[in-house]
Amino acid sequence: MTTKYAETEQRQAAVKHVGRPVDRVDGRAKTTGEARYAAEHRHPGMAHAALVHATVARGRIESLDTEAARAVPGVIEVLTHENAPPMKPAPKRSLLNLSSLASGTTVSYLGTDEVHWNGQPVAVVVAETPEAARHAATLVRVTYRELPAVVDFAAEEPNAVQQKGSMIQPAGGDKGDAAVALAAAPVSVDLRFTTPPHHHNAIEPHATVAVWDGDHLTVHESTQHIAWLRRHLALRFGIPERAIRVLSPYVGGGFGGKYAVWAGTLLAVLAARATARPVRLALTREAVHRTVGARTPTVQRVALGADAGGDLTALIHTSVAMTSRIGGMPEGVVSPSRHLYDAATIHLRQRLVRLDLLANTSMRAPGDSVGSFALESAMDELACELGMDPVELRMRNEPARNPMDGKPFSHRMLREAYEVGAERFGWRERDPGAGSMRDGRWLVGMGVATAYHPSMVMPAAVTVRMDAGGEVVVRCALQEIGVGAATVQAQIAADELGVPLEAVRVEIGDSELPEGPGAGGSAQTASGAEGVLAACRKLKESALALARRSPDSPLRGRRLDDLEARDGGLHHGGDGETYAAILARAGRDHLEAGGRTGMLKFLARALNDRRRWVKAACGAHFCEVRVDQDTGEVRVSRWLGVFDIGRVINAKTAAAQLRGGIVMGIGMALSEASQVDPRTGRIMNPSLAEYHVPVHADVPPIDVQWLDVPDPTMPLGLLGIGEVGITGVAAAVANAVRHATGKRVADLPITLDKLL
Amino acid sequence: MKPFAYVKPADVAGAVRAVSGEPGAKFLGGGTNLVDLMREGVERPDTVVDVTGLPLDTIDELPGGGLRIGALVRNGTLTADERVRARYPVLSQALLAGASAQLRNMATVGGNLLQRTRCPYFYDHAAACNKREPGGGCDALGGLNRSHAVLGVSGSCIAAHPSDMCVALAALDAVIEVESVRGTRRIPMTGFHRLPGDTPEIETELAPDELVTAVELPSAPFAARSRYRKVRDRASYAFALVSVAAALEVRDGAVTAVRLALGGVGAKPWRAHEAERILLGGPAGEESFTRAAEAELAGADVRPGNAFKVHLARATVVATLRELNTGEGTA
Ligand SMILES: Cc1cc2nc3c(=O)[nH]c(=O)nc-3n(C[C@H](O)[C@H](O)[C@H](O)COP(=O)(O)OP(=O)(O)OC[C@H]3O[C@@H](n4cnc5c(N)ncnc54)[C@H](O)[C@@H]3O)c2cc1C
Ligand code: SF4
Repeated sequence: MTTKYAETEQRQAAVKHVGRPVDRVDGRAKTTGEARYAAEHRHPGMAHAALVHATVARGRIESLDTEAARAVPGVIEVLTHENAPPMKPAPKRSLLNLSSLASGTTVSYLGTDEVHWNGQPVAVVVAETPEAARHAATLVRVTYRELPAVVDFAAEEPNAVQQKGSMIQPAGGDKGDAAVALAAAPVSVDLRFTTPPHHHNAIEPHATVAVWDGDHLTVHESTQHIAWLRRHLALRFGIPERAIRVLSPYVGGGFGGKYAVWAGTLLAVLAARATARPVRLALTREAVHRTVGARTPTVQRVALGADAGGDLTALIHTSVAMTSRIGGMPEGVVSPSRHLYDAATIHLRQRLVRLDLLANTSMRAPGDSVGSFALESAMDELACELGMDPVELRMRNEPARNPMDGKPFSHRMLREAYEVGAERFGWRERDPGAGSMRDGRWLVGMGVATAYHPSMVMPAAVTVRMDAGGEVVVRCALQEIGVGAATVQAQIAADELGVPLEAVRVEIGDSELPEGPGAGGSAQTASGAEGVLAACRKLKESALALARRSPDSPLRGRRLDDLEARDGGLHHGGDGETYAAILARAGRDHLEAGGRTGMLKFLARALNDRRRWVKAACGAHFCEVRVDQDTGEVRVSRWLGVFDIGRVINAKTAAAQLRGGIVMGIGMALSEASQVDPRTGRIMNPSLAEYHVPVHADVPPIDVQWLDVPDPTMPLGLLGIGEVGITGVAAAVANAVRHATGKRVADLPITLDKLL
Repeated sequence: MKPFAYVKPADVAGAVRAVSGEPGAKFLGGGTNLVDLMREGVERPDTVVDVTGLPLDTIDELPGGGLRIGALVRNGTLTADERVRARYPVLSQALLAGASAQLRNMATVGGNLLQRTRCPYFYDHAAACNKREPGGGCDALGGLNRSHAVLGVSGSCIAAHPSDMCVALAALDAVIEVESVRGTRRIPMTGFHRLPGDTPEIETELAPDELVTAVELPSAPFAARSRYRKVRDRASYAFALVSVAAALEVRDGAVTAVRLALGGVGAKPWRAHEAERILLGGPAGEESFTRAAEAELAGADVRPGNAFKVHLARATVVATLRELNTGEGTA
C-alpha cells in the first residue's frame, strides 16, 4: 500500500504543504468524539420525530387512525395530511437556478392524501423521546385505496422513452453509421448488461435538528449542499433565506445521498413549526432506504466492432435507466463511451422508464460508474474475441482527441497510467488463457479496466482574513463529508500566503459563511481552491498596497508577480517583510479579502470552457480475483489503481478517496443491490445486515498510485478525485472473473449463483 | 418498541417461575435477535426475563469425553474454547463463521438455538407472512426468495433456518436440556426444531415456558476430523446461502463414520441422514460423495430465486467431504 509521497515531495520543492500527506485538521475532534454530527445537537425542549411509511406503491389514503399513537405517553403530536400546516410546492427545475435541482422529490409531504411510492412518509409522530415516537409510529393505522402502480423496472424496459439531452448533459449522439459498421466488422461483440439499484449507505444516517425562533429557522443537518438546502427551505416554508441558518460542520459520508433535500429534512422542519418545539429527526437505516433516493438500475447494450488488428470500427452503447413520476435525475449512463475510445463510428442513446418508485438520485460517479461497467466489460470481451491483450486493445484505441467531437483533452495520461500499472502489477505474468491460472482450489484471474470521470469547477465565495498576529482565517461554507475539506484548503492557503499551516484556520459548514459549492461532482476541492487562491491573491495585493505606501518598505516599487510569499510575508530575493510588519506599520489590526463569482458569469465561463476542452480524471485499474472452483465464491485478492488526477493536494486524503472509491466499486461488483419486490415496489433489504457492502474480509490491500502531473486548465492543476476511483472497478472485477472462469457475468452483482 | 416489564432473576428456578403462566413473557439472552425483532414489532413481549444473570455460563466435562455447555455461554467464548476446538472443530468453525465478533460476544448458546429466520417478509409488517401472522399468507413464495430454504419447506412457509451453530450441533447429535416449573427434560437436537407444515409460527419443540439450560455434546472421537464450510455472498458477516457441517472417518478407503448436516437450505438445521446412509460403509471418493449429496437433495422444492442452492449444496457437500478425505484445503 504505497503511494508516491516521495515523488510528490520532490516535485513540490517550491511549496511546503500542498501534496504532503498532512493529517486532517479535524482528525482529533472526530476520533475523540468531540466533533458533533447533526443528530448529536440538543436544544432546550427538544422533541423527537419518527416517520410512518406508506405500505402501498400508489394510491390514496382512505383513513388514518392516530388514536392509539396519541395515547402513548410522551406523544406530543401526530402530523398527517389532515392536520399538518401546508408547505409550498417544490420548485420547477431550471438550469438557471441550480438549487431547483435540490428537490429530492416533488411530493408535498403531508399536504396530500396521495401516495406516490411504497415507503413515502404519510405521518410524523413527535414525542418527548425517540423511543416513544418510534413506538407510536408503529401504532398509526392507515388504510389505502390502491391504484395501479408501475414498479417493475425490468418489465418496463419495452416502454422506455428517449431521454432528453441538455446543454450540460447530452443524452445521445452519433458519429457516422455505427450499425452499418458493426455489421461489416470482421470481429465484433454485442452484449447486454444489467445493474441493480444501489443505495449510498453512508455510515451516518440522515439527521435533522430544526429550531424555529419566531420566523427564524436554525437547522442542524447532515448535508452535502448547505446553500441549496437553505434556498430550498426558504422556498418551501416561505421565509427569506437570511432567516435560515444551516449548520453542517461534519457529515458522516454522503456519496450523493445528501446532495438533494429529502422528506426527513422537510418534515423535521415542518414538525418543529407545527409543535413550536425544536425537533430532532434522526432517520433509522430503514427510513434512509425508504425516503432517500438511490442509484437507478440500468439495462445497457454495448456492441463493438473491430478490424482484425483491433482498431475499433463501431461502438454502440445504449441504456435504459429510471426516473420516477415524482422526480429523479436522468443518469448519463453512456457517458464513458463519449470519451474513452477512438472508434470510427459511434452510436449513443439513453432511454428512461418512469416508475412509481421513490425518485432516483446521484450516487458516486452517476452514469460513469454503471456505464463504465458495461463499456469496459465489452472491451474485455472484444479482446478475448481478438485474442489480444486487453491493455494493448485499449492502447490501440486511445484517442488523441475527444472521439465524439474532436475537442482537445486538457490533459490525458491514460497511456502512462497503464504503462506504470502494468509494470507494477506484473501484468506480463498473466497467462491469457481463461482458467489457466490456479492456486489450490482457487481459479485465479487478472483483469483491467479504465477509470474516467469528468472534472469541473463550481463557484465558491471565499474570504481570507489575516490579523496582525499572523493568524489566518479562511471562510467558505464547504461541507466536510469525510474528504478533508478544511484540511486541503488550509494547505492551499498556507502555501499561497507563505504562512505556516498551523496559522491557518478554515471555517466551513455554516450558511452564515460565504456561499460554497456542494460536495459533489468531484468539484468541491477545485472550486474551493479557486476561491481560496483568488482571495489569497487579493489579500496579498492589499498587503503589498499597504507596504508600498511606506517609503521604508523593502517592497516599495515591487509588483506582486515578482514576489514570493514565504516565511509569513512577501519577499523578493533577500528583501521583503512580514505581513505582521506591514500591518503594524500601517496601524491596521487585520486584512481581509475575497468575494464571489456571480452565477451568470460562472455559467458563461463554464460553457466557454466546455466548448474548448474535455477534461477528466482517469486511471487504470488492475485486479486479481480468486474464484472457488466448487462454489463460485469470488474474492478479490490484489488491487492496483494508477490514476491521472492532476495535482494532488494531500497525499493522505487523496489516497483515502481513491481507495474508498475502489472499495465501493468492489461492493458494486460483488455484492451490493437494493432488492425491490417487483410486485409492490418495496425495498426488502433496508438494513446493513442484508444490503451487503464489502466488509474488511472482502477488501484486499489496495495499492494506489498517481502520476501527479498538474492539469493546465484547473485551479492548481487538480482534477478532482472523489468519484474517479469507483469508475471501472466493477468491470475490472468482471474481467478478472472472466479470465479466471471463462464466464462473462454481465449482470451485477457477480454473486456466486451466476458462476455455478 | 412496545413497552414491557423487565425482570432479571438470579437462579433457574426464579427464571422458569417468571414465565410460568405468562404467555406474554420472553427470555432475553444476548438480545441480538430478540431486541431487533422487538424494534420491528415482530416480537411484542409484555415481560422480558433477562436470563444473563443465571449461573449457566460454564463449559464442563461429561463422563466419557463429552462436553456440557451452559445455555448462557457466549458464542465468542464457545468458539474459542480449546476443548471445543480440539474435539469438535466443526462447532468452533460454525460459530466463528456466524455474525460478527461484536455479535458473537453478546449472543448466547440458548439464544442462538432459538434465533428466528431472516426472511425479509417476516421482518416487514407491510408483507404477508404466516410465521408472523398465522393465516396471513406468504409473500416469499412468489417474491424475493433467493435466501430461502429448499428442504423441509411447505406451502405455508419456505423460510430458511439461519443458524450456523445449530447445523454443527445437528451433525454432532447434541442434546438440548430444558427446564420448566414441570421439571427437566432432554430433547435431541435433530428433533428440537420443527418443520413449518401448516404452523410455521411454531418453530421448536420447546414450550413457551421452558428454558434452555444446556447443550450436551456426546463424545465423538472422529469429530476431531470435522469441518464447517459456509458459502455466502461476502467473505464475512453474512448468513449462509449454503453451509455444510461434516465429520468423516475413512479406513482403507471406506467410510467408517460420517456426520453431515446442511445449513441455508433447510427449513430447520438439516441433518443429512440419507446422505450419511449412502456414505457409511461405502468407498470414500468423488463419485460416492456426489451420489450421497444428490440423494439428500432429491426432495428439494425450489423457486426461481433459490433453485441454484441445490447445485451449490451438492458442490459444497462434495468439496467439504473431499477436503476431509484428502486433508487438503482450508475452510
Ligand atoms: C447482523 C446480524 C448478523 C448475524 N449473522 C449470523 C450468522 O451469520 N450466523 C448465525 O448463525 N447467526 C447470525 N446472527 C444471529 C445471531 O447468532 C443470533 O442473534 C444470536 O445467536 C442470538 O443469541 P442471543 O443470546 O442474542 O439471543 P436473544 O436475542 O437474546 O434471544 C433470541 C431468542 O432466544 C430466546 N432465548 C434466549 N435464551 C434462551 C434460553 N436460555 N432458553 C430459551 N429461550 C431463550 C429468546 O426468548 C428469543 O426468542 C446474526 C445476527 C445479526 C444481528
Ligand atoms: S417464508 Fe415463512 S417467514 Fe417468510 S414470508 Fe413466508 S411465511 Fe413468512
